[in-house]
Amino acid sequence: MIYSLIAVFPTVLIIMNSFKNRATIFAHPFALPTSETFTLDGYKTLTESANFPLYFLNSLTVTLGSLALILLVSSMAAFALSEYTFRLNTLLALYLSIGIMVPIRLGTVGILDLMVKFHLVNTLWALILVYTAQGIPLAVFILSSFMRGVPRDLKEAARIDGASEYRIYGLILPLIRPALGAVTAISMVPIWNDLWFPLILAPGEQTKTIVLGASAFLGQFVNDYNAVLAALTLAIVPVVLLYAVFSRQLVSGITSGALK
Amino acid sequence: MLTSDLKPSRAPRPRRRTFPLHLVVFLAPAVLIYSVIMIYPILASLWLSLNSSVDGVQTFVGVANYQKLLGSELYAQPLFNALKNNFIFFVVHMLVQNPVGLLLAVLLSLKLRGTPLYRTLIFTPTVLSVVIVGFAWKLILNPVWGVQRSLLEPLHLEALDLPWLGLASTALGTLSLISVWQNIGIPMLLFLAALVRIPEELYEAARLDGAGTWTVFRRIQLPLILPTVGIVSVLTFVGNFNAFDLIYAVQGALAGPNFASDILGTLFYRTFFGYQLQAGDPYMGAAVAGVMLAVILVGLLIYLLGWQRRMTEVTL
Repeated sequence: MIYSLIAVFPTVLIIMNSFKNRATIFAHPFALPTSETFTLDGYKTLTESANFPLYFLNSLTVTLGSLALILLVSSMAAFALSEYTFRLNTLLALYLSIGIMVPIRLGTVGILDLMVKFHLVNTLWALILVYTAQGIPLAVFILSSFMRGVPRDLKEAARIDGASEYRIYGLILPLIRPALGAVTAISMVPIWNDLWFPLILAPGEQTKTIVLGASAFLGQFVNDYNAVLAALTLAIVPVVLLYAVFSRQLVSGITSGALK
Repeated sequence: MLTSDLKPSRAPRPRRRTFPLHLVVFLAPAVLIYSVIMIYPILASLWLSLNSSVDGVQTFVGVANYQKLLGSELYAQPLFNALKNNFIFFVVHMLVQNPVGLLLAVLLSLKLRGTPLYRTLIFTPTVLSVVIVGFAWKLILNPVWGVQRSLLEPLHLEALDLPWLGLASTALGTLSLISVWQNIGIPMLLFLAALVRIPEELYEAARLDGAGTWTVFRRIQLPLILPTVGIVSVLTFVGNFNAFDLIYAVQGALAGPNFASDILGTLFYRTFFGYQLQAGDPYMGAAVAGVMLAVILVGLLIYLLGWQRRMTEVTL
């Protein structure tokens, strides 16, 4: 269990030191901040000099937008694939699962062309669409395996009562809430943390995500350790909080996704 | 519609093949987004890699780009360097990340007190952005801050106080280990998920036979989680040959020092966009992506043909 110490040590170190004054950061990196050495200088520099709130909002918009689209679109497709038997069913499922193994990054050249054509470069829409496409394969896979677990009788009963297919889809959704949570948890982290697509599709000042913003910021203020550590702390805390909220679903999602 | 509703249907209605509109409605959005934003661009990239710009006009040149990539001094040397580094990067993950992840999973499966806490703590780095992870380690390993030194001195290991990220000989290994540190939560969770599904009776039977922890692991746990080992290997493979963020965040697009940590992802970025030393070329960039795709497909094929077949034999 020593390993968990190794796992959290760097994170704790950063958060701790972001509240200390400069001299103490260097002289006593392991000491907790005391009343003498406590300072918010780093955070002050941050709020004065960078568009951090904007970056944060951008990240939030992109992540939430993509998640909403992934959940809606994938649950519909998963419903169709798991509920009906039709020609092309297996083929379509297979087609959709190519994306689990082949990374979307390999299409970057094509994606950039496409986004230029649609005038979507430097808009958050470009990112939302790409992340949605990236998230669909795994989401459809996990959701359809959960949907197969919903008892048939339930749906048949609804059909006899004259419910339309759309209504039945609406009935199913609350039943697979854990699966939706799992998909959210699994899709969220890579979207929030991605550096590649923001760098390529939306590097503009107005559309930077927090990860891209932080990386530019780190390059620029490399010697202002207070500010750098504060920036890192601000970027760490939200994900860890989100993760704490979703961790149960993440585990259940990985379990069911992995079990084939 | 109305007439058919009014008519009392005696016999079961004749099976007419109606067009299943709802099916299309359900499937269209996902398939459309997926095809347009993912499948089409990948195919378009492959097509672009067979083209080149002649006097500013896109012209079909066949496999010339690939010939240039593999044959000419300017491109081949970085490509093979990146391939080699990528391979080392992958091997370190396979040899360190996955065995240690498995060990942690086995320890966690023993259901000691505080297991969920440990699981969460070990998974924490995985949810952090690589930019943060990379920078945190850069600070720790930075001789100026001296965290590394003050950690090593009490252990009398001053000899290990080297600029690990700055030496061409150690940069790649150090980066691989940072990546291992960050990503170990994923194999651990996958292994753990497989381990908790092993029926309790098997353990009881083994305990009755007087088997120790090691025997239980070797004879029961390992064989039963072999499919997961396969999946984890494939995920590691695909992830590694697609990696970019960490190297870019720590060493920049030039993957220094002196390209010692250059992998396919950073090479792709430089070839596509150009970076300080060279002008960007979308066609050559597409060709690099083509090579990456080929490497990944070959890896997947080996997995499907080799490992999967052996697996089915084992389960039979």
